[in-house]
Amino acid sequence: MSNYNLTHLDELESESIFILREVFAQFENPCILFSGGKDSIVVTHLAKKAFYPAKIPFPLVHIDTGHNFPETMVFRDQIVADLEVRLIVGLVQESINSGRSKEERGKTASRNALQTNTLLDTIDLHQFDACVGGARRDEEKARAKERFFSHRDEFGQWDPKNQRPELWNMFNGKHDQGEHFRVFPLSNWTEMDIWQYILAENIQIPSLYFAHLRKVIRRNDTWLPISEHIHLNETETPIQKKIRFRTLGDITITGGDESDADTLEKIVDEVAAARQTERGNRADDKRSETSMEDRKKQGYF
Amino acid sequence: MNTYLEMELLRFTTAGSVDDGKSTLIGRLLFDTKSIFEDQLNQVERSSHRKGLAQADLSLLTDGLKDEREQGITIDVAYRYFATPKRKFIIADTPGHIQYTRNMITGASTANCALVLIDARHGVVEQTCRHAIIASLLQIPHLIVCINKMDLVGYQETIFQKIKINFEHFSSKLDITDIRFIPISALNGDNVVNRSEEMSWYEGSTLLYTLENLHIGSDYNHIDCRFPVQTVIRPKTAPYHDFRGYAGRIAGGVFKPGDEITVLPSGFTSKIKSIETFNGPLSEAFAPMSVTIHLTDDVGVSRGDMLVRSHNQPDLNQDIEIMMCWLDNKAPHPKSTYIIKHTTSEAKAIIKKIRYKLDVNTLHRNVENLNIGMNDVARVQLRTTKPLLTDAYRKNRTTGSIILIDESTHETVAAGMII
Repeated sequence: MSNYNLTHLDELESESIFILREVFAQFENPCILFSGGKDSIVVTHLAKKAFYPAKIPFPLVHIDTGHNFPETMVFRDQIVADLEVRLIVGLVQESINSGRSKEERGKTASRNALQTNTLLDTIDLHQFDACVGGARRDEEKARAKERFFSHRDEFGQWDPKNQRPELWNMFNGKHDQGEHFRVFPLSNWTEMDIWQYILAENIQIPSLYFAHLRKVIRRNDTWLPISEHIHLNETETPIQKKIRFRTLGDITITGGDESDADTLEKIVDEVAAARQTERGNRADDKRSETSMEDRKKQGYF
Repeated sequence: MNTYLEMELLRFTTAGSVDDGKSTLIGRLLFDTKSIFEDQLNQVERSSHRKGLAQADLSLLTDGLKDEREQGITIDVAYRYFATPKRKFIIADTPGHIQYTRNMITGASTANCALVLIDARHGVVEQTCRHAIIASLLQIPHLIVCINKMDLVGYQETIFQKIKINFEHFSSKLDITDIRFIPISALNGDNVVNRSEEMSWYEGSTLLYTLENLHIGSDYNHIDCRFPVQTVIRPKTAPYHDFRGYAGRIAGGVFKPGDEITVLPSGFTSKIKSIETFNGPLSEAFAPMSVTIHLTDDVGVSRGDMLVRSHNQPDLNQDIEIMMCWLDNKAPHPKSTYIIKHTTSEAKAIIKKIRYKLDVNTLHRNVENLNIGMNDVARVQLRTTKPLLTDAYRKNRTTGSIILIDESTHETVAAGMII
């Protein structure tokens, strides 16, 4: 007599694959929002498994702020070549040049919030009706309220108080012309699940996630990487530190942790012992208690 | 290290309102399993301080939206995650008030287990019954009754026993076989994660131990083979020129290569050639696995079809009896046609007959007032434009459930459990 039990990772994987296949079946023109971070890499890996031996039937969309880690860009181009998928890039710089978006000023200026306009314009230009993203409910309290299939009106806005109930495994992707859905196959995954899965499946990820030596400064309780986009105070002197990144966003807002974890096994152990959330090092979330909810309502990832 | 990879997943739901200690209990579970991070706790402490509270209000952890935090209530379903070395847990945390019945039903729809909280000072009240009735309606296999605030009744065994007997008297009317009772104090942590030193008379397990050890292997139907086809995979590349795979998630039973199957509704028969995944072919597949099935014959199969074992088939029905929960703030219109979704298939449906409304506090069947509004639960008959391949909900939660969608607003307006 077999034991008909799945492990938690098998069950999460099966759920995510089901969602990705629903996206393919219910929408005409879906895409995967690909940032080069671990969550969008896992979503892409799951899509590869969901449609095997066919190729992933969606293009990857990268909203490029121009403030990237160079390692992320190399990784992105490699994965696109390996999977033979189409890459669509939306450039924040173009939104700025055209006057659609306005660059923030000051020392803490970032292009994080500017991504929203570029994202919505890219969705509109390519007429995407479903954008698959790697957001997880355990990341942030506004994201804990997200549906798997999350409706966006014709302005790309999220109305958190008026969401469609989602029961069992039934997903309602009905929409009018011009509206779209954000779909989150990793909703039920935690940071720990992601790392265990990357380890179990031996998924390639950017070297930035592993402990490495880097020039950094100490700012807002985190180690911020030195790049051409960072403005230093007179008091700030770059030093060499062994760090790794728990999340990857723009190079201007992503802080690193001191770490010796240079293998996936060590990362899993480190995550298991972590006492801070992974987004604690993200300047974009520190602006106010509702910064994620406010950005999401306007159409952010 | 390897223990992390061998965990099972348990989904449980809680329902509760402001005073019954639900948030404290969830906070306690997260706290004592070290699932709350320091920066989250700091944020809660800052917010509590701003609101003038002396203690950290752990409900601020679960209430995610600005309006919820400002009003101090849970409006929506919030999902929380924690893990022990044995299991990963998903909590669907829902409000408990009658006007949020639809949220409770949503949270309960995917749960293996329901936690029902009883205040030891008040015993079994209307809300207790409502939560248990909803758990029974949604066929949650396991019910854990936590008799909370034992610290406020001097940890007396007689009080626990009296409440247990009262609940058992009421629950004999319900359709739940596995019911357990645990005396706890969420505030002090008694019998939540650690055993209580105050209640040596209690010989059962703590709440966490119970959650870690509930037998959930048989929660899925492993007898009646059901494979609703999601999509057809055709790579159209040279090495896979003739590849034609039916992708889907197994809804019931165990499928093996060589099995004789029937494709419904067409009735064509064939054999399973192989069961494929990215990691290679499988010798068997069962619910809830996502796989791709190959047949030996080239029979026409598309989304919405179902592969079943030839000698064990679902019902084929255009008149479908359901227990329905109305989810929309606009009442159903007697003449309206709705889109009905059932597994991966879709049709149109009308609500043909409303047989009775069910009082979710008492199970009373109301045949006088049949006006349905948001949060009402009613037994109705649907008529669909094409036959659906259904099982009773109590036999299979996947092939036994439907949703109705409004054709013009596209809102999900009703959820139904097939009788």
